[in-house]
Amino acid sequence: MIELNNVSKSFTLHNQGGAVIPVMQNATLCVEPRECVGLTGVSGAGKSTLMRVIYGNYLAASGSVVVGGVDVAKAEPREILALRRETLGYVSQFLRVVPRVPTLDVVAEPLLAVGTPEGQARDKAASLLAQLNIRERLWGLSPTTFSGGEQQRVNIARGFAYDFPALLLDEPTASLDAQNRATVLGLIETAKARGAAIIGIFHDEAARETVCDRFVDVSVFSPKALA
Amino acid sequence: MSDYNFAYLDEQTKRMIRRAILKGLAVPGYQVPFASREMPMPYGWGTGGVQVSAATLTPDDTLKVIDQGADDTTNAVSIRKFFEKTAGIATTERTARASVIQTRHRIPEAELTEDQILVYQVPIPEPLRFLEPRETETRKMHALEEYGLMHVKLYEDISQHGAIATAYAYPVKVEGRYVMDPSPIPKFDNPKMEMAAIQLFGAGREQRIYALPPYTQVVSLDFEDHPFEASKADHPCDLCGAEDSYLDEVILDDAGGRMFVCSDTDYCRSRREAGHSGRLGGEAA
Amino acid sequence: MTPLLQVKNIRKFYGARIGCKDVTFDLYPGEVMGIVGESGSGKSTLLNSLAGHLAPDCGEVIFDTRADGPVDTVTMSEPERRMLSRTDWAFVHQHARDGLRMSVSAGGNIGERLMAVGGRHYGSIRERAADWLARVEISENRIDDRPSAFSGGMQQRLQIARNLVTGPRLVFMDEPTGGLDVSVQARLLDLLRGLVREMGLSAIIVTHDLAVVRLLADRLMVMKDGCVLETGLTDQVLDDPQHGYTQLLVSSVLHV
Repeated sequence: MIELNNVSKSFTLHNQGGAVIPVMQNATLCVEPRECVGLTGVSGAGKSTLMRVIYGNYLAASGSVVVGGVDVAKAEPREILALRRETLGYVSQFLRVVPRVPTLDVVAEPLLAVGTPEGQARDKAASLLAQLNIRERLWGLSPTTFSGGEQQRVNIARGFAYDFPALLLDEPTASLDAQNRATVLGLIETAKARGAAIIGIFHDEAARETVCDRFVDVSVFSPKALA
Repeated sequence: MSDYNFAYLDEQTKRMIRRAILKGLAVPGYQVPFASREMPMPYGWGTGGVQVSAATLTPDDTLKVIDQGADDTTNAVSIRKFFEKTAGIATTERTARASVIQTRHRIPEAELTEDQILVYQVPIPEPLRFLEPRETETRKMHALEEYGLMHVKLYEDISQHGAIATAYAYPVKVEGRYVMDPSPIPKFDNPKMEMAAIQLFGAGREQRIYALPPYTQVVSLDFEDHPFEASKADHPCDLCGAEDSYLDEVILDDAGGRMFVCSDTDYCRSRREAGHSGRLGGEAA
Repeated sequence: MTPLLQVKNIRKFYGARIGCKDVTFDLYPGEVMGIVGESGSGKSTLLNSLAGHLAPDCGEVIFDTRADGPVDTVTMSEPERRMLSRTDWAFVHQHARDGLRMSVSAGGNIGERLMAVGGRHYGSIRERAADWLARVEISENRIDDRPSAFSGGMQQRLQIARNLVTGPRLVFMDEPTGGLDVSVQARLLDLLRGLVREMGLSAIIVTHDLAVVRLLADRLMVMKDGCVLETGLTDQVLDDPQHGYTQLLVSSVLHV
């Protein structure tokens, strides 16, 4: 489902004397449906960078990043957008939404984007928000005013609203209490069971052991010799 | 005979105006630019109509001039005298006897015939002007038949007054092509524009001539659910009793007394001569 | 899939001065593209050349028309192009007063395009105007007020309603949120996003505000001195800019 082949990534800082900072080399990785792969490695090893490359948020310098048959490294913007709409979900650490939009609509949006009838999308959003213990009186408000933990849970609800065949999870359980953490792990297990291919970053070791089938240490993709 | 060239204008100018008239007749409703001359009267007193009349008149013509339907108001009298003096032609107040009729703001009540010409004085020939101030743009709109804006004006009327409140200079579409300003005639007169006579329109200050050949289709713009209505005061004429003519309201005293009389003085007189009489027919006349 | 708009080598010079040059891109149905760059970068020149307000010196702007398929709008006859800009195209100006008739009521402003394409039933024109006022969150009882009595944000929303009433497929927007205060901007952005999704609109949005494109645009084109420096997926261009100028632009944004 997700297949990386010899992917490299570097940043060129044109405004700082054209310094080139290589951050990833020869990244090769394959994730099948019903599989959850945990990315490990010390902070700064490039876990989030790898995830962003897969999502198309960072541009791969070379190699191929094939998700559901689309090579993200070479695809047109609209192909990547279609992929993000229909195939590849991403729960980032930060919630980025249009101000003023009610929480319920924020969560329902991925469903509406694929043409789910409005009522059905709202029902699904409501049930997810309830599962994640977001109080109902907050649903009509914009999540921009919420606490960090609440925003995180809204973000997760949004990420799981639509059943993506492939999912990228960047620290989904960070800063959650035990009950909510269990709910999120349950969501991940359910997604796996329905056939999703998942790549996750979990600092929480117990969570990692619960849901991950195997681990990939991204420090092996770190460029060995700096030019 | 006077020392003026026939009908005041020199022959070259009349030729130029006749060419504009012919072009106007060939393209009904299209505003033809022409080199308007200084006339011995101020703009707004019918300089456009006078130039068109001057180019139209022949020594055998009989001229009638009306202002708001009346033969005896200042503007009508002075233009009639102008042509009596400069062209030495016959004049009349009788609609049926005239071969050329110059008018300001009315169409005579009596039906005109194929051997007559009606010349209108036009203050602002561009019907789109009040909504679109740019001449370059209005010309383009005519060229491309972009007339949606005209209906915006009627829409505004209905939204503000509950009905199309435009009572004069009511825009028309000519032969399904050009939208035209009929000059400030009351909308009551609009249906009469499909007539046997030739109609010529002259705007002196704006330097435009346009025309309607006989029997040209002239449709007043409207909405399906707010159709055009040729309205008039709901009274008979107090002098001649006519129920079908356009009426002027005349205030009689400061106690609310008033009367309605035909705005077409010749029509009213003819009827009274034929024995018709209205509410005040005996005394006021 | 046929692109809705194919732009090929558009070039516009003002005498010896560059307006924009060699701009080429395809826009697909439903896509929203942002054009960013500082003042004088040529983004407005490009937008006006695409929308038919300026005649480009060379190049093609091929639009997939409903009736005849892809047609070059640069060489098409003026009546056809003007017809297009009243039906399938829309243009939202930065200053609402450039895009509205200030002396005509809100209802008349919205109804104009309907009447321009032959609407002759007052009742149904008014009904659609009222419907569109509601869609852009203006109270229906303002339908007979003139735009001069509206706030800046309302005028902008009215301009959008006036443009979208004929169900266009391509909308050109020139700094649609410029000059509005931030809370009004947010509301407008939310409205635009909703309309774009509901109506399946394609749009080209010129702005210097990176926050606006991040929320509205699917993809981005960065311009400087009349040339396109970088294109790509919006979040990729903003989060991983490849060109030095874009890096400068992105790093110059103040974060609140």
